[in-house]
Amino acid sequence: MTTPPFWLLAELTYRCPLQCPYCSNPVEIAQIKDELDTESWIRVMTEARKLGAVQLGFSGGEPLVREDLIELVAEGRRLGYYTNLITSGIGLTTDKVAALKQAGLDHIQVSFQASGAELNDLIAGSNKAFNQKIAMTKEIKRQGYPMVLNFVLHRQNIEQVDRILDLAVELQADYVELANTQYYGWAFHNRAELLPSRQQLQDAEAVVQHYRDKIGARMKIIFVVPDYYENRPKRCMNGWGNIFLTVTPDGTALPCHSARQLPLQFPNVREWSVADIWQASPGFNTFRGDDWMREPCRSCPEKAKDLGGCRCQAFMLTGDSANADPVCDKSPHNNRIREIVNQAQLSDGRVKPMLMRNWQNSKDLIASSAQTEGAVK
Amino acid sequence: MTDTVSLKMGWVPSINPHFRLQWEEAQQAFVLLYPEGMIKLNFSGGEILSRCDGGSTIEDIVEELQRKFPEADNLEQDVLEFLAGAFERRWLIYEAL
Repeated sequence: MTTPPFWLLAELTYRCPLQCPYCSNPVEIAQIKDELDTESWIRVMTEARKLGAVQLGFSGGEPLVREDLIELVAEGRRLGYYTNLITSGIGLTTDKVAALKQAGLDHIQVSFQASGAELNDLIAGSNKAFNQKIAMTKEIKRQGYPMVLNFVLHRQNIEQVDRILDLAVELQADYVELANTQYYGWAFHNRAELLPSRQQLQDAEAVVQHYRDKIGARMKIIFVVPDYYENRPKRCMNGWGNIFLTVTPDGTALPCHSARQLPLQFPNVREWSVADIWQASPGFNTFRGDDWMREPCRSCPEKAKDLGGCRCQAFMLTGDSANADPVCDKSPHNNRIREIVNQAQLSDGRVKPMLMRNWQNSKDLIASSAQTEGAVK
Repeated sequence: MTDTVSLKMGWVPSINPHFRLQWEEAQQAFVLLYPEGMIKLNFSGGEILSRCDGGSTIEDIVEELQRKFPEADNLEQDVLEFLAGAFERRWLIYEAL
């Protein structure tokens, strides 16, 4: 008996005005067009709610790009969801913040790329992004929403974590998420420039603790460590097809944002009901339970704790999605993670150019991987 | 061990506006919703929090629950302990009469 999909993530579009190189969207964004229409999203939301979904996230790309966003938010609220807008803040205006509140939006999470304009806009690949984010953050607070800031941390900004937290305090954030980059999609491609050194991580953790002691309950600070530095894998998504349901812009339903890359068939909401997707589709059932596990997971006493880690990470780093997540030091492929981590200690600290997340780069990557496949054949 | 001494029976508790309390049919339980998160409340937690509507004092809530569950031992202490924890976690705000 499956648990309900408590969390529905609606990735409304992969279009985005920014170009953050740590984005976890697939690098094939240029190929994923044909966005679902409003009616289809409403149907998906309605069906998922019937299954017991409670948290609804509007995300992307940049969800504000969608002209029907307010309508979707209103419908989400009407259905009884707690609604979350995960946004860069680009495309927000005072009026829109108000209109979203009127429509019943419960929370807006704004991303920041750094503690100051110069680095923020360099990473985001956009002029004036930082100032827009600051202005909208203040507006969000003023209009009575819980104030939630998200900073993706990586080698290029992790040493600013004290200034980042000062900024969050100044903006009167209720929650600050310091999310160390996870290596999927564009971030995987740019990994060598993003992974911090052990020293950088330790220093950042010490700063976070200091601020926690200083600030207390006024502002909740969440610090997510990159799992490459752990010796046991994360309990990814709390389990495959357990709690989390993502619907991507073209209607492909996935158990997590990066599962599209796996050599599995995933159902599309244009052809399947959400109930069938969740309960009956082969894609969603593939890694449920633990029968699929190989050694060392299969007979590991900790398997119920982390469920063998991340299937996508196993695929990306070992070529087989049924293997143990190589983050685990019991994995025979753990040396690959060790090598990557060792490389990160050797960095000379200079800012190297990263591949920016944009349509042209996506097309180029798609073309060059097609060429490689062609050459291999 | 939560410190129940700091609560006042005359406080009027209500749910922190950053949270939303609602009954979830699919889970047959009250849940507390907040940015990207959900806390499923057990039966007594739900009974207590659903009465924190900004219209009753802690004293009112305790009395009402005592009437509803006359066989419950130690109800007042349990309710106060729960409320202290809820305040600590910022699920609740209060007005003092």
